[in-house]
Amino acid sequence: MSQQRADKNMNQQHSDQLMQLQQGPGQGQREIQGQGLQTSQHNPTGRTSPTSPTGKAVLRLDSVRKSYGSNHVLKGVSFDINPHEVVALLGPSGSGKSTLMKCINLLEQVNDGQIWLAGTEITDPRINPDHSRSRIGVVFQQFNLFPHMNVLRNVTLGAIKVHGMNKDQAQDKALELLDRIGMKQKASAYPDQLSGGQQQRVAIVRSLMTDPELLLLDEITSALDPMLVGEVLEMVTELKDRGTTILMATHEMGFAHDAADRIVLLLNGQVAENGSPQQVMDESQNPQTKEFFSHFRGL
Amino acid sequence: MRTGDSSVSVEGSSSQTSAPRADDWPASSGHPGSSGQPPVSQIELDRERYRERQSLKSVVTSIVSTMVLAALIMVGLKLSPGWPRVQESFFSGKYFVESFPKVLQGLWLNVQVLFFAVIGVAIFGTLMAMIRVSKSPFLFPLRLLARLYTTIMRGIPMIVVLYLIGFGIPGLGIFGRIPAAVLGTIAVILSYSAYIAEVLRAGFEDVHPSQRASARSLGLTSGQTMRMVVIPQALRKVAPALMNDFISMQKDVGLISVLGAVDAVRAAQIVVATSYNFTPYVVASILFILTSVPFIILNDWYSARLRKREQSGGTV
Repeated sequence: MSQQRADKNMNQQHSDQLMQLQQGPGQGQREIQGQGLQTSQHNPTGRTSPTSPTGKAVLRLDSVRKSYGSNHVLKGVSFDINPHEVVALLGPSGSGKSTLMKCINLLEQVNDGQIWLAGTEITDPRINPDHSRSRIGVVFQQFNLFPHMNVLRNVTLGAIKVHGMNKDQAQDKALELLDRIGMKQKASAYPDQLSGGQQQRVAIVRSLMTDPELLLLDEITSALDPMLVGEVLEMVTELKDRGTTILMATHEMGFAHDAADRIVLLLNGQVAENGSPQQVMDESQNPQTKEFFSHFRGL
Repeated sequence: MRTGDSSVSVEGSSSQTSAPRADDWPASSGHPGSSGQPPVSQIELDRERYRERQSLKSVVTSIVSTMVLAALIMVGLKLSPGWPRVQESFFSGKYFVESFPKVLQGLWLNVQVLFFAVIGVAIFGTLMAMIRVSKSPFLFPLRLLARLYTTIMRGIPMIVVLYLIGFGIPGLGIFGRIPAAVLGTIAVILSYSAYIAEVLRAGFEDVHPSQRASARSLGLTSGQTMRMVVIPQALRKVAPALMNDFISMQKDVGLISVLGAVDAVRAAQIVVATSYNFTPYVVASILFILTSVPFIILNDWYSARLRKREQSGGTV
């Protein structure tokens, strides 16, 4: 069918978004946010623009700390993610990857430090956390689709209820996105009728519906068997090619090496490495880094 | 039919050579029977014959044992010295016919009370359950009250609640004369809301936290998350328990007769008082059973369906 034309449309949209982003922070909000949430209460007041040190970064973490009781999980994490960058967050289990993801999405409260999302300090308690969450797309390890809703309703829920998108419009967009991953005919199926890989791809589509400024992928392939990992990673590659800004926690070293623009290695709640895949994975002389990657050699 | 998908899903250049996808397996591989079923082996035929024999045997056994039990009960009743007397006072055809229309008319009041009580319990019970699972510091006093309420109400015998409400509220002399049926309905609502609230609370807490995380990360507010994600899933989980409480409530609305409302039980009682024959009570019981049967069947059917879905084909 008109696959090529659809692609062209995507590219067109993509470059539009690019232009919007290049207008600088504050105006970097994409069309959908403009339409759906023109509520002045969310408009950050004095706190953001003048003092904002974020430049063009989509996400900036500044000395983020998080403890559970006496267990210090994040001990001052700082790094930036630039527009259209794919950053792979690596680290052993227990290094704080998932906690960091939850902090960025405000599912956990940080104990210290700041998180900026395109010029807004989202850790500021005066900023509505629901609004900040709606600007970030999240995909979880266990898919977390809503089992009582069919695929179409799962995908459109956020767009309709949070972004105020009209129902028909949302469904059209959802069907188009589902069509692109070959799952249009599954639109009325329920999650338990799909394979893990299919569920995860639907979850990704769900997070993309509202054109999030940042996509968080939290070990999205860890619950899948090797055959299904391929189809999900393929989709991530596609998103990267379209210019989506992504932070992905992963154990897929090969994929991180080939597809990520940058690697952030988290060891013991601190950023041990932050650089290109080559710098971090191949050339680093840090003994801890070498020790970590030695477990994956030959995979 | 699945092979068509890949041409749609493949996009960009990298996809063509990627790892095989689950969807791509040709329909013909590995699945015998899609075209031209191979003949069933002798072994399987033997198994089927054996299973048929076994199931025939168990049907026969159950029929025989039921008949033996029924016969024993009949003989036991017939042989007991007081049977003719009991038969006359509980199963008299004459009084059955005489009381039936009156009791049936009384049952209509029970149905009305049940209708309003169900609505009341649904609202009040849900509210109570939501207060119980809330975390907001504001609601702390309410949470304490709700906890006290469910503890006390589940401890008091239903009939005492009826007396307290039915005679206590009019005793206050604020509201004037309230019909006994209304007071009875209020008592049923207060008593059953405590049970329903606890069932619902268990349901809310049974929905996995990751579902909430998933909903909140879409940007849904906590209210929206509760309404669209938590409550629908919780209701599904506790539906059999809720229906069980509903069936139990259906018969307990008969207790409002103690307040003097002329319901099925009271109507039977009136006939009994003049005739010294207990058959009207049996009539009332039969009518109560008949109203509950459809819901019992519905509950069994729904529970079986849930079980089937969760076990997805397992037989043990």
